[in-house]
Amino acid sequence: MALYVPRPILNWRERMYLPAIVSGLLITLTHFKNMLLGRTKVTMEYPEEKPDSMLPDYYRGAPALVRDADGRVRCVACQLCEFICPPRAIKIAPGEIPRTDRFGKVEKYPEEFDIDMIRCIFCGMCEEVCPEQAIFLRKDYAITGFTREEMVHDKDKLLEIGGVMHGVVLKWNEKK
Amino acid sequence: MEYSLIFTSLLKIFGIIFLVILPMVSYSVYAERRVSAFIQDRVGPNRVGPAGLFQPIADVLKLLLKEDFTPSGVNKFYYWLAPCLAMMPAIITIAVVPFGSTLFGVPMVIADINVGILYVFAIASLGVYGIVLAGWASNSKYPFLGGVRSSSQMISYELSLGLAVIPIFLLVGQLRLTAVVQYQIEHGWFIAPFIGDWTNPAKWLLAIPMLVSFLVFMIAIFAETNRLPFDLPEAEQELAGGYHTEYSSMKFALFFLGEYAAMITGAAVIVTLFLGGWHFPGIPDGSRGWIFGLINIAVFFAKVTALLFFFIWVRWTLPRFRYDQLMRLGWLFFFEIALVNIFLAAIIIAYFPT
Repeated sequence: MALYVPRPILNWRERMYLPAIVSGLLITLTHFKNMLLGRTKVTMEYPEEKPDSMLPDYYRGAPALVRDADGRVRCVACQLCEFICPPRAIKIAPGEIPRTDRFGKVEKYPEEFDIDMIRCIFCGMCEEVCPEQAIFLRKDYAITGFTREEMVHDKDKLLEIGGVMHGVVLKWNEKK
Repeated sequence: MEYSLIFTSLLKIFGIIFLVILPMVSYSVYAERRVSAFIQDRVGPNRVGPAGLFQPIADVLKLLLKEDFTPSGVNKFYYWLAPCLAMMPAIITIAVVPFGSTLFGVPMVIADINVGILYVFAIASLGVYGIVLAGWASNSKYPFLGGVRSSSQMISYELSLGLAVIPIFLLVGQLRLTAVVQYQIEHGWFIAPFIGDWTNPAKWLLAIPMLVSFLVFMIAIFAETNRLPFDLPEAEQELAGGYHTEYSSMKFALFFLGEYAAMITGAAVIVTLFLGGWHFPGIPDGSRGWIFGLINIAVFFAKVTALLFFFIWVRWTLPRFRYDQLMRLGWLFFFEIALVNIFLAAIIIAYFPT
């Protein structure tokens, strides 16, 4: 069944179309004028202005490793993040901490910790799964490089982005 | 004598084409992008040079360096001919338009011929051949539809284009464009009766048909130059770019720049016919000193620039006409309006002999 859409019945003034065209021209002229006088502010001109101050707390940027208050890398190389990572961007080479060490009872630490930022999809599952609160998604979003090798964040780079986190997990203190 | 004429003519041709028209063409593309951006609350190209002013140069370099691809199914001869035909008429037409009074005693018009406006119409309507040939030679259905649309659009608009200017030449009595400008200097601009002897009632009466022909002529020029709201031949959304779909590199650029050159020529013709040409009240012509000659040229191009802004402004305001609406508008309204307008102007001229 055909559906008939009723057409509006125009009076002679509307049928001339010229008043409508003039009012349309005035609307666009107002936009042009406001833009010219700098009253409209829509576009963020990126490299000069950055959205950093506007990023919400839940923003998921580049993943990073953190140290705790004692300067120890929090990661215990459990490899849960490597396992959960959907694009398999994380590669961990675990190493052993000797018994005699101050943190001997932690037993494992990451010898190498690489995140391939070409593969990373910023999903944040590594942060969610981490039992040690050692990996966090920070607010760095401009991750660039000229080669594929540059785009792989190694352990030093990750710690540099991450910095020190004074967290709530203190289970590896030597007193306990 | 002969040599000096040839020399000054060559100087005028090179000056006007390479120093004024071609830079104006490329900068009207820039203006189009900036103005459209501002109208839509965007920023537009602002990276290359101060405020993006070198963007046209970068665009030209990009287009020159791109691969010039010729599809295998095309008719090579017409495929190559079409971009030239799109660009040339627009530039040739400027020859008869007086763009200034005199400079050092040399009249600022390249060819002051006595068939002025007929020459303009004859050459300007050749521009459509570029589009039709491009559409046909491309051997592809979208360009073909664009070419067909262009040809039928032209025959429905050329009529009102030609008829709209008849009242002016009834009044002036000559087809020479310099004579039109001279008449407007003596009697005031055609659409501005308050300039000059404003107490004359015949002038105010004549301003009515002049205003009507100005509107009809302007709208016909919009259609002639394939500008929105009449850009059916290149309708991006319907025809994937229309007649220049199969073109690349500098051949595409020639179509693109040809459209803007046609716009500038159209604006120059409108300025000459209706807006007093290079005349501005209170500024004497070039015989009083070369500085006034330069000011006259500047006034002319300022008027052209203002009209170009209007062209761009209209483009980013109005939506495109549907095809049947365009034909109806051309054949049922503007043709009749222009015809009645001629009679109206003729009656007024007959009752108030100047």
